[in-house]
Amino acid sequence: MEIKVIGAGCKECDTLYQNVEEAVKELGKDAKIEKVEELIEIVKLGVLSAPSLMIDGKLIVSGRVPGVGELKKLLS
Amino acid sequence: MEFIQDEVLRMTWLSRLLRLALEELGLNVDSRIGGSLHFFLYDCVKITIYLCVLIFAISYVQSFFPPERTKKILGHFRGLSANLVAALLGTVTPFCSCSSIPIFMGFTAAGLPLGVSFSFLISSPMVDLGSLVLLSGIFGIRIAFVYVLLGLCLAVLGGAVIEHLGMENEVEDILRGVSAVEQDIPTLSFKERLSYAKEQVKTTFRKVFPYILLGVGIGSFIHNWIPKAWVLSLLGARNPFGVILATLVGIPMYADIFGTIPIAESLLLKGAELGTVLSFMMGVTTLSLPSMIMLRKVIKPKLLGIFVGICVVGIILIGYLFNALQAVLPL
Repeated sequence: MEIKVIGAGCKECDTLYQNVEEAVKELGKDAKIEKVEELIEIVKLGVLSAPSLMIDGKLIVSGRVPGVGELKKLLS
Repeated sequence: MEFIQDEVLRMTWLSRLLRLALEELGLNVDSRIGGSLHFFLYDCVKITIYLCVLIFAISYVQSFFPPERTKKILGHFRGLSANLVAALLGTVTPFCSCSSIPIFMGFTAAGLPLGVSFSFLISSPMVDLGSLVLLSGIFGIRIAFVYVLLGLCLAVLGGAVIEHLGMENEVEDILRGVSAVEQDIPTLSFKERLSYAKEQVKTTFRKVFPYILLGVGIGSFIHNWIPKAWVLSLLGARNPFGVILATLVGIPMYADIFGTIPIAESLLLKGAELGTVLSFMMGVTTLSLPSMIMLRKVIKPKLLGIFVGICVVGIILIGYLFNALQAVLPL
């Protein structure tokens, strides 16, 4: 599973990243979590709001920070 | 109608309650110190209530219009109607100056005309649902309505002018040839929208509250310590350049409408002209030094200059128009 946490240097982006890490750990999933912070990369992905979350190339969360519980549901 | 205007929007009950409470404590509200304290407490509580209720309601509406969706909708329109739709969507798309650049880049990468992106860029910080309600509460529904209408006009015309000038080459090279993937936007459930709205209230409150305190502080200082004659001679009808002065002072400042309102309110009470005060507010919310610095990363100085110029001239014209309207119409 390939997870992308997308957003350039905002506090919410870091929170989302931590929540995702936590959720992945709790689920015991084998996942690659990547931070996408370059604006131009973000634009290329077709994403406009931060923070956003992409799983295997599909935009799952856009412009908000779900909690660990909700993320676990989204990831499984 | 009057009841809604005074008690619900303006919260005069809160003013009376605080007056009673302060007098109970032995403070004379008509004295300078008591008056400052009364203004400070009243505005702090009022604006905080506004902030929480408004941000919640607005965020709920905004959750239906993520920028990705706005981008898609805009792709269906051509010409001036595209500018109009961009300006209208600017009022409901979640926006802060820190997200203006990714949105601008995304719009450009999606092939939207430059003028349409700029219509959005002008309207989004200047006019939103929050300013409509907040202005209704302070200045009355009619003024709020005219403010929003004129703000939208500026956004549409400003974008159209930039389009007309053919500035496509004035976009920085990093944006050239970037093409974006079309993304499906995740749909949210009712519960997710509510939790999004709640989250927005929390983060906005944390971000904006210091500005509110500062704004209310300055407001209560103006309200009770600055002589009326000063305000009158600088920003009142006696100074024909008041609008220009207010706009130029407001532009480099970075604050949102919640922090600006108490300053505007106290200036108005002290005899500043309505258009002058509104120009100040538009200047503060629409342009700021940080947002210009960020924009400079993606557009060349010439286009940035034209953008700032259009905003400055537009805001000044709106100010004078309001002052003229105020003289002939009972706003």
